[in-house]
Amino acid sequence: MDGVGRGITPNVTAVLKIAREHVDDIIAHAREDHPDEACGVIVGPEGSAVPTRLIRMTNAERSPTFFRFEPQEQFALYKQMSTTGEEIVVVYHSHTATEAYPSRTDISLASEPQAHYLIVSTAESDASGGGVSVRSFRIVDSAVTEEEIDVTE
Amino acid sequence: MSVEVRIPTILRTFTGGEKAVRGDGATLQEVLDDIDARNPGLKDRIVESEALRRFVNVYVNDEDVRFTGGLNAPTSDGDVVVVLPAVAGG
Repeated sequence: MDGVGRGITPNVTAVLKIAREHVDDIIAHAREDHPDEACGVIVGPEGSAVPTRLIRMTNAERSPTFFRFEPQEQFALYKQMSTTGEEIVVVYHSHTATEAYPSRTDISLASEPQAHYLIVSTAESDASGGGVSVRSFRIVDSAVTEEEIDVTE
Repeated sequence: MSVEVRIPTILRTFTGGEKAVRGDGATLQEVLDDIDARNPGLKDRIVESEALRRFVNVYVNDEDVRFTGGLNAPTSDGDVVVVLPAVAGG
């Protein structure tokens, strides 16, 4: 990775590289919170675009149709990242009754232009099992671009 | 120029890419007015109809201003204001 795309310009890549254990943890989180939406982040070193550390966040809305990071938790995360030199690389949340595609609300509230927005749908499953789908997107200036997910072992 | 205001990535288009700007004022409202004078449009992304936008969190010295007076929250020399858009969706 060279310096191109650093700064306020999103570091656009057409692929999200993500570790298997992170995908498994996100799916587990989504199943546990079903039918409410689950949410969280994977952070990584600033500018690296590499997701290294997953943090589950509390959905303050506890809702099947909405999520919002609990504000104090989000602030604590912000403070921590300021100290460690990390940034949000992946924002994940679940859709529990609809497909894994950004909703209008997701698009209008997207505020992390550097992030990959990963959505897992548990619409076809429940807490005990069933199929899930996982998709990843960039959302910049209300424009949605789907990207491939490259799961690394 | 006494209060530091930390700007989230998505609003740095209003600050020429700067991660933080400085402003004067005895309240959050005054500080935002002051920085908006040099960074036009910034305040509109934080304030709507004379109140903080619902999906923007603002902290003065680690305190969420929703509990300390909102836009009337007091500010003074050396304070740090953090603007943090809520991570939210549907």
